Amino acid sequence: MWKTILRRVLIMIPELIILSILVFLLAKLMPGDPFTGSINPRLGQAQIHHLMRINGLYDPWYQQYWNWVVHLFHGNLGTSYEYHEPVIDLIKQRGANTLYLAVFTMVLTYVIGLPLGIYAGKHEGKLQDTLVQIYTYVTMAIPYFVVLVVGIWIFGYGLNLFPTAGSVSPQANGFGPTLLSRIGHILLPGLLGALFGTVNIVQYLRSEVIDSKHSEYVRTIRAKGVPMPAIYRHHIFRNSLLPIAAFAGYSITGLLGGSIFTEMVFSYPGMGLLFLNAINFRDYTVITALVLLYGFLNLLGTLLSDIVLSIVDPRIRVS
Amino acid sequence: MDSKIDRHSSISAEDLARLNKEAEQEAAPSALKITWNEFKADKPALISLIIILTFFIFVGVASLFINVPKMMQTNFMAYYNQPFTKDFWLGADSGGKSIAKQLIVGSRNSIGIAIGLTVISSTFGICWGMVSGYFGGMADLVMQRVYDFMMIIPMLMTIIVIVTIIPSYTAITLTLILSCFYWMGTSRLIRSRTLAETQKDYVQASKAFGTSNVKIIFREIMPNISSLIIVDTTLSFAENMGVETGLSYLGFGLPMGTPSLGTLIANANDPENITNYWWTWLPAALEIIILCLAISYIGQVLRRTLNAAQRRGTEDEK
Repeated sequence: MWKTILRRVLIMIPELIILSILVFLLAKLMPGDPFTGSINPRLGQAQIHHLMRINGLYDPWYQQYWNWVVHLFHGNLGTSYEYHEPVIDLIKQRGANTLYLAVFTMVLTYVIGLPLGIYAGKHEGKLQDTLVQIYTYVTMAIPYFVVLVVGIWIFGYGLNLFPTAGSVSPQANGFGPTLLSRIGHILLPGLLGALFGTVNIVQYLRSEVIDSKHSEYVRTIRAKGVPMPAIYRHHIFRNSLLPIAAFAGYSITGLLGGSIFTEMVFSYPGMGLLFLNAINFRDYTVITALVLLYGFLNLLGTLLSDIVLSIVDPRIRVS
Repeated sequence: MDSKIDRHSSISAEDLARLNKEAEQEAAPSALKITWNEFKADKPALISLIIILTFFIFVGVASLFINVPKMMQTNFMAYYNQPFTKDFWLGADSGGKSIAKQLIVGSRNSIGIAIGLTVISSTFGICWGMVSGYFGGMADLVMQRVYDFMMIIPMLMTIIVIVTIIPSYTAITLTLILSCFYWMGTSRLIRSRTLAETQKDYVQASKAFGTSNVKIIFREIMPNISSLIIVDTTLSFAENMGVETGLSYLGFGLPMGTPSLGTLIANANDPENITNYWWTWLPAALEIIILCLAISYIGQVLRRTLNAAQRRGTEDEK
């Protein structure tokens, strides 16, 4: 197993290098330079050239890339042109908000998905199963952002059940009220996100439970006279639930991808919204940092999933 | 041919007709016929199919009669016109632009991009998957590393960045950019099926005969996995409807002044619109929901047909 993990990590390194080169080149392709109009409006053309030269912006790209990477390793992601703050601080502030939402969504996803999948598998072919199937089919078909928009319209504006913007209401003072307000703000986006996130879990669990139900070993145990509920508890659930853990890594990827839409619809000040703002203001340092960060998290997510899968499923280790 | 048989056989014309009919009934139904039977048996699917086709034709034809630049002109007299009135059946937005007309042109743009995206990305994904699965070995290894790398790129963000870098782009460039990022799912699926197919005797026999690889891939393996391709293409079409509209919703899809279903839904970003002027965005949202549901429902029916075909005879991979 250690070999599998080591191999995965080794593959990760070139992927990360290529990703960083790609991000760097994209940043270079973006129009404009970091000095025009940012530091001092009275800066002359000659001075800008001078600044560009001493900052190494006329060096060959691989040298610039190397400098950039060295800065990265020192935790220096540059300074935002718009906020005049180190990008790392911005990401820390906004990242926390995105993290709260992502963790909450993920917990909800499992809380909803696990019982639903098992329930559908247990009642295979019956009305309950059909209903769950319809639910997964509908959530698979409709684009995520449309559901967010319709969701906020109905539950946020129409029924007035949830706040429709921000992460904490400005009136909240002290630890308790702030916490409550935070939870209130992530409740609706988290719920809608979880409704979407469950689809894979539900479908996987359902087919897994159905497969185990009809398998030889279950038939053998039944023949020995073990009651069905005990078989479910001790054998089917255990066999089906473990691989589900591997989905956690992939869901990180999905959650981050969706966070742009969620944060846009709910005006939730997280990294997705930071990215959209940065694009509108052409705040390149923020953009490159975020693209790289998201790519790195994607990589980490798939790595985690692969490791969990290889621990849980011996067949993968062998191949 | 018929006349020849008449002259030389003692079978009467009625018997011949009856025998022909029996032979036809006994013959294995063609894939097309199985599909058609499946649709006939499933009334909601048939209705979805009819709705989709009628709608596509309606949008295609109706958009020909709409003068887009004129439609996009601001008309202050019609500021937030109520829906269900004579000139504005679906009302007007803040610029007094008819929502109904924008919906028709927007649908055409969104559907057109979704079709283009599906055709390009599916073709590429199919070729990638088939080549990778057929040759295996080193080629497969390299191609799968490319796949792995594409999977870790934060897609939405990268697309947004590319769209901002390109100074001027049209629906066609947008389709091409999107196509670069949406072929992976198809390629993985096709690869696994091609891997299984390559192990089969007919492929081995063809190889032994010295048939060229290109011919084996496209003339022999591809027809055998065509049903999978059709299902996957249908389902990714439904998904691709969401790709462009989502991007346009965020403001990075079609350029300004070109309506799309996504830009219409983006009207909902204004709290004023979402509460008071529901007609500016709700029709587009409902349309996407209905279209996506119907298209993927058709995909599900096709998938069922595929399974039935599998069950009927050919031993496929489990």
